[in-house]
Amino acid sequence: MSFNFDAYYRKMNTGDIIVSYKGSITTEMINNTLEIVESRIGESPEDVRLRKKVYNVMVESLQNLYHHTDELPEDIRGEFEGHFGVVVVAREGSGIRITTGNFIKSDKIKRLKDKLDKINSMGPDELKDMYKFILNHQKFSDKGGGGLGLIDIVRKTGTRLNYTFQNYNNDYYFFSLDIKITN
Amino acid sequence: MEPLIIEGTPKTPSVRFDAQQGLVEIKGRSIPENSIEFYKPLVDWLEKYGENPAPLTQVNVQLEYFNTSSSKCILDVFKKLEAIFKAKHDVVINWYYEEDDEDMLEAGEDYESIIRVPFKMVEIVD
Repeated sequence: MSFNFDAYYRKMNTGDIIVSYKGSITTEMINNTLEIVESRIGESPEDVRLRKKVYNVMVESLQNLYHHTDELPEDIRGEFEGHFGVVVVAREGSGIRITTGNFIKSDKIKRLKDKLDKINSMGPDELKDMYKFILNHQKFSDKGGGGLGLIDIVRKTGTRLNYTFQNYNNDYYFFSLDIKITN
Repeated sequence: MEPLIIEGTPKTPSVRFDAQQGLVEIKGRSIPENSIEFYKPLVDWLEKYGENPAPLTQVNVQLEYFNTSSSKCILDVFKKLEAIFKAKHDVVINWYYEEDDEDMLEAGEDYESIIRVPFKMVEIVD
């Protein structure tokens, strides 16, 4: 069965929602979302730590969407805006869940999946070494961090990258990434 | 040499580079979508400053947040300072982090392990 966006978005929007967005990922959208996240996660000492982690993960997740979202599948270009992405931030227990989603061309999946699996298989010391290696040896593109974003997220949260690729049509999949952040 | 002064914004840090005082200061948030554009004048200024630096260059980096796109640019700034240090001029990098912000401390330690310049980790206590 092919990917049904509305069903996916409904499912994402369960629980105690702080931010829920579907549409163009623009600089302005990023600024507004960061502002909401910062003001909605409280001021208690435990929450300050959590807020910092959430803020960091939000910056990297949103900028990943901003830089890497593919053009939309032809048949839905009318239905969704260009540069389309999904962001949902929700409270779950004492932590926060951040879900991002975007369409991705089929031929890019393998590279991304290999990268996600590699990061997920690494321990803290390996991640630190990989981060420092990329930082010091790899030339960054204008697009940004040379792939440091995902490594940074895992280093700061200590969780795995929970992802799915759902088939939309021959050329496109929908990539969804869940990140849980706890104190 | 003219100082380089840039006001901070919600996504870019304030900058105060003063050749006469040997002061290099970056403070605030560094989370722009395009960091290269922001940091280019800083790296260029330091390149020129390196031709005739102060006997001691005090570097204060006090960031609340920085994104991975900025992390490479910050390394480029530090590499310019490393060149000054290697040319036998004193350089000290003070890396400030808020109390309990282990992530920011660790980020400073990552740089310290890459850059051959003395670092001081300074905890900011309220």
